[in-house]
Amino acid sequence: MDDLRGLYEEVILDHNRRPRNFNKVPEACNHRAQGNNPLCGDRFTVYLTINEGVIDDVGFEGAGCAISKASASLMLESIKGKTIQEANELFNKMHHLLTDDFDLEAEVDDLGKLEALSGVKEFPMRVKCATLSWHIMSAAINEDAKNVTTE
Amino acid sequence: MNYPQAYSEVEQNMISLDSNTLIKDFPILNRKVRGQSLVYLDNAATSQKPYAVIDAIQQYYFKTNANVHRGVHYLSEIATDAYEGARKKMQKFVNAVSSKEIVFVRGATEAINLVANTYGRKFIGKGDEILITEMEHHSNIVPWQILCEQTGATLRAVPINDAGELIYSEFENQLSTKTKLVAITHVSNALGTVNPIKRLIEKAHQVGAIVVVDGAQAAPHQEIDVQDLDCDFYAISGHKMYGPTGIGVLYGKQKLLESMPPYQGGGEMITTVSIKESTYAAPPYRFEAGTPNIEGAVGIGAAVDFISSYGVNNIAEYENELLQYGTAKLKEVEGLRLIGTAEHKAGILSFVFDDIHPHDIGTILDQQGIAVRTGHHCAMPVMERYNLPATTRASLAIYNTKADIDALVNGLIKVKEVFQ
Repeated sequence: MDDLRGLYEEVILDHNRRPRNFNKVPEACNHRAQGNNPLCGDRFTVYLTINEGVIDDVGFEGAGCAISKASASLMLESIKGKTIQEANELFNKMHHLLTDDFDLEAEVDDLGKLEALSGVKEFPMRVKCATLSWHIMSAAINEDAKNVTTE
Repeated sequence: MNYPQAYSEVEQNMISLDSNTLIKDFPILNRKVRGQSLVYLDNAATSQKPYAVIDAIQQYYFKTNANVHRGVHYLSEIATDAYEGARKKMQKFVNAVSSKEIVFVRGATEAINLVANTYGRKFIGKGDEILITEMEHHSNIVPWQILCEQTGATLRAVPINDAGELIYSEFENQLSTKTKLVAITHVSNALGTVNPIKRLIEKAHQVGAIVVVDGAQAAPHQEIDVQDLDCDFYAISGHKMYGPTGIGVLYGKQKLLESMPPYQGGGEMITTVSIKESTYAAPPYRFEAGTPNIEGAVGIGAAVDFISSYGVNNIAEYENELLQYGTAKLKEVEGLRLIGTAEHKAGILSFVFDDIHPHDIGTILDQQGIAVRTGHHCAMPVMERYNLPATTRASLAIYNTKADIDALVNGLIKVKEVFQ
């Protein structure tokens, strides 16, 4: 049961109980994307307000398990105020953290609260729960990035 | 059909099952999971296998293996006996008139697809209707959707009430002379509801519709008498009834099977082949192309022997007693709501628990060695009906005990503690 504390640690439980930026559609929202894990029923929409390459405001709606909801809440908190490039770098880092071998010691300063998600790797069946909102965020950013380049 | 008796009646009867001995028959139940004893409550997904079934498959490869039907040598003869012997066992298991009415397939899903692709393609067309229900497993929905797309027929579904029971008046309303086929589950895998299929079959026949019954969840747990039910087709999965994966049975009335075109083409299902044309074998062989899953048939035959040694009705009684116990215990858990509370149920307990997502419940139970299923259980329409993303489901089999139920309840208390 101690292993569970690696997964359901305090930060995760807090962000599940009181998810930040939840049930909020930011004003002047100009990027959005939806995604779901059909196998388990996690489903979220991510809203972003991006101006001149900076993520000014964030929000999300939907339903899902504690891991997916906490991950979405932590994710949005971490990208708010960052540039698109920084957000994409964070996405790569998190994907790496959750699916590959990751030298936590070396990179921990950059992660802050996101470190709480590192325990998910020990629960392979739950990795998709943690990565879902990150994929949605990536789609939300890049979907409009495409529009910007074609205009 | 005998519906499960009330708890007090069951107590008066002798139940010859002894779960403590039974557990020793199932090698996997003695293993540890996450350092804990395994409490296996995911039988609706698949059942564990008794030593007798595992041994029968092993012995087949040690002593009997050869290809069936075609050879003239000794091993081929005894392999054929083993395969056809299993067919006869299945005939007896479902009380079919003839073993020609037993087609070996991969499982209930393939059985249903077989009917859709042969009977369905030949006899159902534009303007016809196919009637299913809201509680069906995807395997008894999607093949009919595909058939309707291909033929221009219309799919209708009978709704369920809040308890998870079929609304009989709606069934009657939706049946018409346009209905050519009714596809219905004997026992709902998501809700545990046992449908009154004998009555439904009678009604369907009155309008000239044939009935395909999905018996995947029924076969391990209660008596099946296809003659008494008068069903036209009945689908069974071996792996749900203590047999191996990859084997199942389609029962079909002989005259229906005889009217059906082939399913897959190849060896075994023909009588003659020339470049110009081929002629096809009589049922059941017409629907068994290629080398069959001989080890699977041997396994499902051994599973039938295993079930028969305890008596299907004794098993039904025992599991019903456990279901009553489990239902009562779960109802005592604060914040737990059962989903699927039909008057007639099989040993399936689906529930929601506070606002904790089933996925989280399942992970925390798993850490305590308890195996349940979480998600939509291949029954998304059921989830939609109850406006739920998912449920947690515990499902019973012959080797489960009251101690397993107690472990589940204690496990749920720990779940609550994590989310406190």
